[in-house]
Amino acid sequence: MATDAAATLPVQAMAPEPWRIHSVRRDVASNEVFSWTLYPDPEVEPGAMPAPGQFNMLYLFGVGEVPISVSAITDDGGIVHTIRAVGSVTRAMQDLETGAVVGLRGPFGMAWPLEQARGRDLVLVAGGIGLAPLRPVIHAALQRRSEFGRVVVCYGARSPGDMIFRGELDAWAERDDVDLRITVDRGTAAWRGDVGVVTQLVDRGGFDRRNTLAMTCGPEVMMRFTASALERRGLKPEDIYVSMERNMRCAVGFCGHCQIGAHFVCRDGPVFPYPVMEPAFRVREL
Amino acid sequence: MNELLAIIEQEPFFEDMAPEHRRLVAACAAKCSYTADTRLMRDHEPTETFWLIREGQVALESPLREDTVAFQTLGPGDILGWSWLLPPHRASYDARAVTDIHTLRFDAGVLRERMEADPAFGYVLMKHFAALIVQRLQAARLQALDIYSHGGPGHGN
Repeated sequence: MATDAAATLPVQAMAPEPWRIHSVRRDVASNEVFSWTLYPDPEVEPGAMPAPGQFNMLYLFGVGEVPISVSAITDDGGIVHTIRAVGSVTRAMQDLETGAVVGLRGPFGMAWPLEQARGRDLVLVAGGIGLAPLRPVIHAALQRRSEFGRVVVCYGARSPGDMIFRGELDAWAERDDVDLRITVDRGTAAWRGDVGVVTQLVDRGGFDRRNTLAMTCGPEVMMRFTASALERRGLKPEDIYVSMERNMRCAVGFCGHCQIGAHFVCRDGPVFPYPVMEPAFRVREL
Repeated sequence: MNELLAIIEQEPFFEDMAPEHRRLVAACAAKCSYTADTRLMRDHEPTETFWLIREGQVALESPLREDTVAFQTLGPGDILGWSWLLPPHRASYDARAVTDIHTLRFDAGVLRERMEADPAFGYVLMKHFAALIVQRLQAARLQALDIYSHGGPGHGN
């Protein structure tokens, strides 16, 4: 099977191209979450642009390579990646500034099934930095707003200070064609919004249970409880999609680092129909 | 009564209840609005009421901390209050209207008498509240796990 896949893979799949950091944006006070807008260096042949839900492998030369989902696609060929500094590679990436060059290969993986949501209500449930992989879906849905029914965006963060994309959240909240619901696990004296887990926002309904597609991204335990809440609201499991995170190394289904059962997260995911991943959610330490 | 029954029939919390049981619930309900900052419940005070929030936001707060911070908020479609179900029928936290709110207010004392008199009805309503309490307990556990601090998508290496 790996041999068949190898025969169809372009050589470039394993060779990073040089992309330059055009801008750096730091979203939370701790600076541990930052977004790069990247453009290819002039010598890079234009390749496929990522679809919402796909990821790229970003290579910090001499340090290491990490899979990072796409958090926006610009109109002029740029890609935005939002990164949380938690390991040796991402912490080193945190120090890079505008003008630095990183290696990029991709895009990889399966995208969110936005076309399946046409003519239906769209419910997006994000937790923490899980908003980043769903953000391109929100952008696309708002650009093609008339193609969808109600668009409900539920976002849960640890605290008000940990919320990412604050400016955009404010802009979405102003729109009357998006039902934006935000909650934090821990409020502050100044916080006037909701407090509690993101699943309680799903429990409030406001979408057509017979004609809704839901996508969720966040910690696995959050996605599991979100799926339960969506099912409680009457959604069928096959109308729920989740985005999985694993230690992806090759990104093309060779190395097996990201394998969950019979599935390679890098190649078969990271976006999966919930019924495909539901058994894995019940396996401890998988 | 018909208007109250119509509202109750639309609410998911009462969704799978038999019509005769919904009528019993509706008979104990009244529409009730409160202005922002009204205290609906106070910690340790007797409570013989529960509410279905129809519009607005309510904060659940603990008076045990000096800096009053909500540990949970409730909104449209949410049920507020279950202390009336079991002795000593006292609230275990404060509930404060954050915004102006519109609710259905239920006379839980009367409802409890009907539950005692009609065990089938009592069992059904108890099951509904047990499910709600389990749901809130799971949510509180998730909240306590601090799930956004480590792991999860996009965290990288």
